Amino acid sequence: MASFFSYLINGISLGSIYAIIALGYTMVYGIAKMLNFAHGDIIMVGGFTVFIACSQMGLPPMVGVLLSVVVCTLLGVTIERIAYKPLRGASPLSVLITAIGVSYFLQNAALIIFGADTKSFRSVINIPPVSFMNGQVNISGETMVTIAACIVIMITLTLFINKTKAGQAMLAVSEDKGAATLMGINVNKTIAVTFAIGSALAAIAGVLLCSAYPVLSSTTGAMPGIKAFVAAVFGGIGSIPGAMIGGILLGVIENFAKAYISSQLSDAIVFGVLILVLLIKPTGIMGKVIQEKV
Amino acid sequence: MKKMSKKNKTNLITYGMVLVFYLIMQGLMMSGHMSSLMKGLMVPLCYYMILAVSLNIVVGASGELSLGHAGFMCIGAFTGAIFAVTGGKNLPPMLEIVIAIILGALVAAVFGFLIGIPVLRLKGDYLAIVTLAFGEIIKNVVSAVFVGLDSAGFHFSLKDSMSLNLLEGGEVIINGPQGITGLPRNATFTIGIILVFIALFISLNLLNSRHGRAIMAIRDNRIAAESIGLSVSKYKMMAFVISAALAGAAGVLYSHNLSTIQATSKNFGYNQSIMILVFVVLGGIGNIRGSLIAAVVLTILPEKLRFLSDYRMLIYAIVLIAIMLLNSAPKAVQWRSQMLDRLHAKKKVKEISKNE
Amino acid sequence: MNKNENLLSVENLSISFGGLKAVDNFSIKIKKNELYGLIGPNGAGKTTVFNLLTGVYKPDTGSILLDGTELTGKNTREINLSGIARTFQNIRLFDKLSVLDNVKAGLHEHHKYGLLDSIFRTPKLKRTENEMTERALEILKVFDLDQEASYMASQLPYGKQRKLEIARAMATEPKLLLLDEPAAGMNPQETAELMETIRFVRDHFDMTILLIEHDMKLVSGICEELTVLNFGHVLCQGETKQVLNDPEVIKAYLGE
Repeated sequence: MASFFSYLINGISLGSIYAIIALGYTMVYGIAKMLNFAHGDIIMVGGFTVFIACSQMGLPPMVGVLLSVVVCTLLGVTIERIAYKPLRGASPLSVLITAIGVSYFLQNAALIIFGADTKSFRSVINIPPVSFMNGQVNISGETMVTIAACIVIMITLTLFINKTKAGQAMLAVSEDKGAATLMGINVNKTIAVTFAIGSALAAIAGVLLCSAYPVLSSTTGAMPGIKAFVAAVFGGIGSIPGAMIGGILLGVIENFAKAYISSQLSDAIVFGVLILVLLIKPTGIMGKVIQEKV
Repeated sequence: MKKMSKKNKTNLITYGMVLVFYLIMQGLMMSGHMSSLMKGLMVPLCYYMILAVSLNIVVGASGELSLGHAGFMCIGAFTGAIFAVTGGKNLPPMLEIVIAIILGALVAAVFGFLIGIPVLRLKGDYLAIVTLAFGEIIKNVVSAVFVGLDSAGFHFSLKDSMSLNLLEGGEVIINGPQGITGLPRNATFTIGIILVFIALFISLNLLNSRHGRAIMAIRDNRIAAESIGLSVSKYKMMAFVISAALAGAAGVLYSHNLSTIQATSKNFGYNQSIMILVFVVLGGIGNIRGSLIAAVVLTILPEKLRFLSDYRMLIYAIVLIAIMLLNSAPKAVQWRSQMLDRLHAKKKVKEISKNE
Repeated sequence: MNKNENLLSVENLSISFGGLKAVDNFSIKIKKNELYGLIGPNGAGKTTVFNLLTGVYKPDTGSILLDGTELTGKNTREINLSGIARTFQNIRLFDKLSVLDNVKAGLHEHHKYGLLDSIFRTPKLKRTENEMTERALEILKVFDLDQEASYMASQLPYGKQRKLEIARAMATEPKLLLLDEPAAGMNPQETAELMETIRFVRDHFDMTILLIEHDMKLVSGICEELTVLNFGHVLCQGETKQVLNDPEVIKAYLGE
């Protein structure tokens, strides 16, 4: 029983990281209608920024985190401007291949800059673990911070979208780009803001991911990125609570699969979930039906 | 009528190029002008060419982005390798590899069909990500299973080789993550090139037929294709299965070039699939000959430009992005068509003045 | 089949999208070899009728009978094989195929050979492909497109693209041809030419044609009968002259 709770809590923690990444995916997909394959690699950039700031330059953790948010936001907006914006209106195939190119670029640039060896990341979270059930279940500081961060981010984001003008603009653009333009909304600016927010979230996810699993290499973000996309689809692409629920469910499924079925097969099971969801309910748990125009 | 012969001509040039390439490489090898490192690249060149050509059937002709091509290669590789260490063990090498290739292609085709049923119901980004998912699942499952063979038949386990409970004289065939060892390495450059020819023959003839026409018509406009009675699911499946079968054959070549194969991410993960996609995009989506050239150049070049080796992948990435922006950005396309129109206009003026 | 028998008879066709009745109780009877027009203001549901007839949408109620065959509930492909071909309001060609191949794609279901014939380029393939090319060029000639056979479809000027779409539809050997605003975006001279072509297609191929059109000159010039749609239901039906003089129709077009 105790081990069950450990797996569950670790699963929720991992799932919270997926959820934060998935939020970025889901917002970009909802608004720019593109699968930003490079989103996962921004996590890696966020991780390296904190690594350099804290482990190598000795800056305090909070400064490192802020720095990484700034770096990733700028990076996300720059990528959008250079690689994606010119392709607006091009075929989805071209956009996706370009995004894969950007992902490749980030991974290999990191490989050249930081080298091929895996870095051991020192957690930026300094909170003692809490024990339950006579010490049988331990919840680490990283886990608590991750789950708390996830909740705070979701509430903030929901408020942002529902209560601010920029958030309403996002909703409008995701519904209908043409109509939004007619209403005087600057579509390009709105998409840029979306990329900025998504990338900032990726930076936070990067810090949390590397604190919980303290290794860092150029491919650190790739797999979590893809799994977060699975989570976004699971929850219903374009939906913020969906990304949250999808992320957490996926994290729990992955951890249980690792514990009770096979650690070798846990990734296969996660991808199996994606396939099942797309076949049974392509719109995900919370997704809206998107009608294709004939 | 004129157009047909033009198509045949370009196809002949493609075959000719492969032949010339083979003769040059063979000549270099025979005369001892090739480093052992380059020699080691000759079979990989062949399977990369086949992989690129076969992926181009799905991406170029069918217009769907598949990110799981390495998965079909993985299936072919392991099918071929299992045959090599079981039924094919005592066969002459030539016969062994021929049967292995046929088996690998068939099994990959069957998986292509089974995977195609759910995948081809999806579209665009979802289709791409699900092919990636299937590729990863194949790789993960293959690296997680233990398979043994004894007098009672095949045994399977997900735990370890001990739990196969093999009878005396039984052998472990797939040893989980350690994969298959003791392979015969029956692949040669000549066999590889013959397979390239076969793959080219199948692909070019397919695309240059009513079936290829239907596949490309559906790519260009699915709704119009249905309105003239084309079966979208049939032709999407046809492209997908043939592409999978050829990737399976390439996988057999891969497994017959090594003494050990393992289903690692490096060998069969989505990065490998993306590498093949890079060949296709750089060679020109839909351009079979371009795929061949890109596969050869991108495999040999890094060996020739060792000093660039660290930057190789970075350069690929930049070229990939640049090509997509130049080929697909609406502004770039508009600019290009304007230039083309101007060229045409000039030609027409010339023709008219000639006629007068 | 008797000349005066109905080729197409549609009864009580209805469909609604999210509570809005896009087409309501639509019925139509079209005689063989007739040139029939479907007109109505923007948003009246004309293209939706075409989408219902060709199986793009499944009707909520009603039945479609073509030459005695029940088509209700069949998909687009089956309906084409049963004998309805169409063009689209926003042109849908196979852009990257040649003009010739666009038409040959239309011949696909009538000139067959197997996958193995394709891969081994058997004599059967060569024979069949030659037949297809010949037939396709014949059709292209009718539309005055045979000179452009080797062009990429997207390279054709707009008016010729519209004609190519009709040529491709004709290649499927339909019994009934649906044309969705064939003259859209054409200048008066092109429209006049198109009228000639449509008439020629009807006479030459003994074709039955139902067309959606806004250009009243074209409609009154070539259509023998008309149905007027307004807000999803039939406002008026009958001979062209009568319909165009109907006060209800004039009101719907000009407003009150």
